[in-house]
Amino acid sequence: MIYLEVPKKLRTLVDQARQTADHVFRPISRKYDRAEHDYPIELDMFAAIMDGMNDALEDGGAGSGKLRQGKKDNSQIQNGINMTTVLGLAELCRGDVGLSLTMPRQGLGNAAIAAVANDEQLARFGNKWAAMAITEPGCGSDSAAVRTSAIKDGDDYIINGEKIFVTAGERADAVVVWATVDKDLGKAAIKSFVVEKGTPGMEVTRLEKKLGIKASDTASISFNDCRVPRANLLGSEEVNADKGFSGVMQTFDNTRPVVAAMAVGVATASIERTKELLKEQGIDIDYKRPAKLGSQLTAEVYRMEAELEAARLLTIKAAWMADNGQPNSIEASISKAKAGRVANDITLKCVELLGTVGYCEDELLEKWARDSKILDIFEGTQQIQQLIIARRLLDKSSSELK
Amino acid sequence: MASFSFGMKLQGLALGLASRFAAHPLVRKYGLAKPAEKIAYISTKKGFQLIQKGLAKKSQGNKNGIKALPSPPPLFDLTLTDEQQMIRDSVKSFAEHNIRPLALAADEQAKLPESLLQDSQELGLNYFSIPESLGGAGQLSPMTSVLVAEDLAWADFSLAFAILASTSVTNTISRWGNKTQQALWLPKFCTETNFNAAIALQEPQPLFNSDLLTTRAKQSRKGYILSGIKSLVPLAGQAELYLVAAQFKGKNELFLVPAKAKGVSFTSTPAMGLRSAEVGTLKLDKVILDKDALLGSGNAQYKQFNYQQFIDSSHLSWCAMAIGCCQSALDYLIPYVNERFAFGEPISHRQSVAFMIANMKIEIESMRLLVWKAASRFERGEDFHRNAFLAHHLCMEKSMEIGTNAVQLLGGHGFTKEHPAERWYRDLRVLSIINGGLQL
Repeated sequence: MIYLEVPKKLRTLVDQARQTADHVFRPISRKYDRAEHDYPIELDMFAAIMDGMNDALEDGGAGSGKLRQGKKDNSQIQNGINMTTVLGLAELCRGDVGLSLTMPRQGLGNAAIAAVANDEQLARFGNKWAAMAITEPGCGSDSAAVRTSAIKDGDDYIINGEKIFVTAGERADAVVVWATVDKDLGKAAIKSFVVEKGTPGMEVTRLEKKLGIKASDTASISFNDCRVPRANLLGSEEVNADKGFSGVMQTFDNTRPVVAAMAVGVATASIERTKELLKEQGIDIDYKRPAKLGSQLTAEVYRMEAELEAARLLTIKAAWMADNGQPNSIEASISKAKAGRVANDITLKCVELLGTVGYCEDELLEKWARDSKILDIFEGTQQIQQLIIARRLLDKSSSELK
Repeated sequence: MASFSFGMKLQGLALGLASRFAAHPLVRKYGLAKPAEKIAYISTKKGFQLIQKGLAKKSQGNKNGIKALPSPPPLFDLTLTDEQQMIRDSVKSFAEHNIRPLALAADEQAKLPESLLQDSQELGLNYFSIPESLGGAGQLSPMTSVLVAEDLAWADFSLAFAILASTSVTNTISRWGNKTQQALWLPKFCTETNFNAAIALQEPQPLFNSDLLTTRAKQSRKGYILSGIKSLVPLAGQAELYLVAAQFKGKNELFLVPAKAKGVSFTSTPAMGLRSAEVGTLKLDKVILDKDALLGSGNAQYKQFNYQQFIDSSHLSWCAMAIGCCQSALDYLIPYVNERFAFGEPISHRQSVAFMIANMKIEIESMRLLVWKAASRFERGEDFHRNAFLAHHLCMEKSMEIGTNAVQLLGGHGFTKEHPAERWYRDLRVLSIINGGLQL
């Protein structure tokens, strides 16, 4: 039965997240935008509240650390962890994307662990805050080209290489590192390893200064003969051309809608505030007259609202499919592509519409317009999402449609 | 709900306090953070469980001891009902076999295929909404209607418009007509012989606004007198009944106008697109109508005619048809760009081509979700004006873009009648033109 509203059982959580955005994130939003690299200590308290909320939820809560594909069950529709996470995170990011990204135990590494870890690993790492290290100085979107190596040595692996753009790389308790166990075997040999903070040979070498999401630390990490037990390898150890890489890539089916949700959140913030400011100028967005009979300004707001609503529904759809065990690769990429570009467009357009009010730091609008850019880049750029969608539709391999 | 939202406010306040507490330098200095976090965890967990329990109780409490059928909790869901799936399958199959093969010639000749309206009766679209007591199925379902509209238009936009013209009228009378009007008109749609009808709403002036109709109705001693001009009316003047939108006593209303009434005349005025629906101009020159002509007159409050809903739901019909048309464009283009070679490889191997295909898919999905959301809200009796407004806005922009790109992807061939793309290009423009004219 078609029902495209926020489900009743999740409205409490959504309201709670909204309150958090308003009362926890917004008041400190500018502070940590200015004080880049300062740790937002307010978040420790919040993380505890969040854990309490999660553990109280009947079906296991929300958050990156819980994301996993649901089981297919035709008899009953599920609104589970994936949906809870996207709905909650969209609200939190309506408060602040940077702060949301630096929430303890909500790293993308947690999503990877949740997706592929075995029971023993879940017990060891489940409650740790885990960052994700994929990108290297010489490879970004082309994640199959990672050069960081993991060479087997007895019961350990020895990791060598350099990772950049590790979100929460300094603050997290552990980092999930992508490395190749054999450079000659191509992408099937890429495995992910959990490296705990303090492991000898692992060192945070620098923190990026960025355009936006300054509250979130983005680290460069180098690995020099960094020894990790083989029990820290996520997934299967064997190099299998059919399964290997696609296994690691599968995490993205769960995390892309999550990033899409973040984009939806920040775009919502911009539109809400813009409408408030326009209202003070006597311009009501009332959906009364067809856009072409009104002003250019109102037409622009209608367009943005329509695009945002589309991004929101696509995101929830991708999460809904994950919850119900339906393969959602294409929908995950669709949600990410749409939400990423729409959020960037909306936040920038709002700055443009409001003149110096939008451009100056008295309002958060200019910040949101800086924060939003990353959402169309990380976890797969706009162009990568389009490639994935096109390859699927056209039935093309990555060597045919490059 | 009141106590609940009060609870939420308290929680919001507490969150703000907790956050300020956490940032306080003394808290850090004296190591108070950890114990406080523990308290925060426990109290939140407890409070949250209580709220959830309260919600659960409230929903049980509504039953007042009377055992009702257990209704499933409203969960976000994109699954069609079995019935909707069945209807979809049969409409799709009819569309593919009985509509699509006729589309090209019908457009070329700007002519409705002779037996199409009669043949499409077998789908039962017209009496779907008609009350059972009058011979129909008693199923007025906006959600199912958008599915049907999409699937028909997947075969051909213009012919779908023609087929849905009468259905729109039965839907409108079933939803808002009074007892007399329903008994008078609806059984005519349930017989073997084809009875055609159409809505007449557009007016031929630039900047037409459906809220400011120039067609006027005046009260007369025995009924009403109607005057005005309506454009983009389908069915070549073959309709036997028109639902005409007109201003009456400062309000926008619909009037049931028999085509035979004196002063009603139809002239063919072909347009850029929708040619096979044989659109034309309907002239109403002091048409004298009896007292039963005003749709829904004398209805109880809850069943009173709602012009805004009428317009909104019409937009959704058009949107759904646009989606069907865009989907057929995408279905057509995928094999084409894979088979068309340039520079020694399929043109689909070029990102500039592949990304256009990807974007079509993204926007078709976008449009569909907005339309489904609005239609399902309408079906449940919830306010859906904003949803329909935004759906129309999005569909207008995206479907026309897809119509343009469909021709572009086919290159010079797309410009010729060798491919259907040039027809989609013309038909899809109507999305920015219309303001009513159909009804879910």
